[in-house]
Amino acid sequence: MSDVWEVFRQERRGQPFEHAGSVVAPDAEFAEAWAREQYGRRGESVALWLVPRDAIHVVEEWADEFDLKYRRVDGYSIKARLKEARERASARTG
Amino acid sequence: MNELLLGLADDELVIGWRDSEWTGIAPMLEEDVAFSSIAQNEIGHARAVYELLTDDADALAFDRPLEEYRCAPLVELRLLDWAHTIARRWLYEEADRIRIAALMDDAESAVAGLAAKIDREEVYHRMHAEMWHERLRGEPRFHDAVADLWPYALGVLPREQRAELARRVGLDEVEPVERGTHTPELAELWNEMTMVRRSAPAGAQW
Amino acid sequence: MAAVEVPRDEQAFLAYVQAGGQVEAGDWLPADYRAKLVKFIEMHGNSELMGVLPEREWILRAPTLQRKLALTAKVQDEVGHAQLIYRVVEDLGKPREQCLADLVSGRSKFHNVFHYPTKTWGDVGVIAWLVDAAAIISQKALLKCSYAPYARIMKKICWEESFHILHGRDVILTLVTGTPAQFELVQEALDRWWGPLMQFHGNPIPAGEDPMFLWRIKSQGNEEARQQFLEGYVPQIRELGLTVPDPKLRRRDDGVWEYTEPDWDELMHVVTGHGPMTEERLAFRRRFLEQEQWVRDAVLAA
Repeated sequence: MSDVWEVFRQERRGQPFEHAGSVVAPDAEFAEAWAREQYGRRGESVALWLVPRDAIHVVEEWADEFDLKYRRVDGYSIKARLKEARERASARTG
Repeated sequence: MNELLLGLADDELVIGWRDSEWTGIAPMLEEDVAFSSIAQNEIGHARAVYELLTDDADALAFDRPLEEYRCAPLVELRLLDWAHTIARRWLYEEADRIRIAALMDDAESAVAGLAAKIDREEVYHRMHAEMWHERLRGEPRFHDAVADLWPYALGVLPREQRAELARRVGLDEVEPVERGTHTPELAELWNEMTMVRRSAPAGAQW
Repeated sequence: MAAVEVPRDEQAFLAYVQAGGQVEAGDWLPADYRAKLVKFIEMHGNSELMGVLPEREWILRAPTLQRKLALTAKVQDEVGHAQLIYRVVEDLGKPREQCLADLVSGRSKFHNVFHYPTKTWGDVGVIAWLVDAAAIISQKALLKCSYAPYARIMKKICWEESFHILHGRDVILTLVTGTPAQFELVQEALDRWWGPLMQFHGNPIPAGEDPMFLWRIKSQGNEEARQQFLEGYVPQIRELGLTVPDPKLRRRDDGVWEYTEPDWDELMHVVTGHGPMTEERLAFRRRFLEQEQWVRDAVLAA
């Protein structure tokens, strides 16, 4: 049965592999022959990862019921308190 | 030596031209893209070899009279069915591997160097041809196509290299279709290949 | 804070995409959105594939090795685009085999420009330069498509199209600085292609009435695209000494281009399968599709 093979490409050494598209191929050999040209003929990729779509385990739902803001950047309201600290500091020295 | 190199260049030019006839109509889109790269590589090889022989590769590629081309009949055949096309690719790459390997030992470094470059690129052509050969070897159509083209394939190589080709593809040597007499198909190909170029005076820019 | 959820109600979905929201293959899509999306994307794929046919003849006739390579690479890109596009359609539920069957039977459409013949090497330059320029304007308007998988492939497509325009411009420049006969090749081709080019972006349905725009499948209306084409390319055409074959063509003081109203009936007639080359090209495709079915059976089937 012909599979969809997802293609991840690395543009330059050291960069992350990014999803680039997919090819329909019966096996890894055909997937490679075809992905090489579709995603590399202009030298735009230094490496490819070819993965049968079925091998990919998708995660896209999350629980966030209790508002655990301390784990995120938006959980800290720095601005107001920084202003107050600066005002107090200048009052001490002023 | 020039005859050998010219034969190589003309083979690559004409098979590249034939392979580019599949642009847009290959059996699947992914293969269409991959096959087109092979055709472009062949043209690129032709150009590189012409450039060893002359300053004006385009003139050498396009402006000779028909009888001065040195291509083998195998590449001249118009094969607009996939079984024959792939059979030719497979046989041609096997033959080319042998002739290129011999050129890599050439006393002249420019020739040896170019042959090595061509060989490195043809590694991928061979992988592609072998991939298809594996997949289609049980198909009667493919088997028949190989049988049809085998005498022509032998004619690609000089006499002394044919036994190795036969060994590699697992077929017995037969009466080859020799280089030297062009098929009527070359005239048709040459006409189409040169019609735009001939529409302007020699030396015109394109 | 929960992740943004795609609304499961048509009105809310509309508001979501109009606010810049994007959706993926697995999300809930309103039936009308899905249907229009598939038809639009499929027509794009069909167009890339049919566009190959007028151009492949000239690969065989290319007058230099460099032109042969460049043209082969251009057409290869178009086949590659068709592959990318049909994959998106497949992931929306319509198999590629069905798309191709609908194409060759005339049930589905492809863009007007690919229904016309090519006659000379001048056409090669005009198509690569101007038809691809018109196409790239449409394609840039798809980069922010509300359907994310399509938006993502547009990035690769636009990148590759930019090479085509360079190649086309190079061909044209070489011809217009060549012999008088070569200059004439370009002018004559331009005379034939101008009409289809003006029709290319479609009739001037206001963006606010265009479902493709309302659903944010594309980010620009037809007339805006056409104006962008004229603004960008008429000056470039004229500076080469070429004449645009429309006596009414002029740029107003407010920057809007006026032109002879294209024949919208002709456009409709052509895209519904009655162009000068439609039947011949579809028959050519059909021949090879049928002839090579055994290959797909041998390679892709179980």
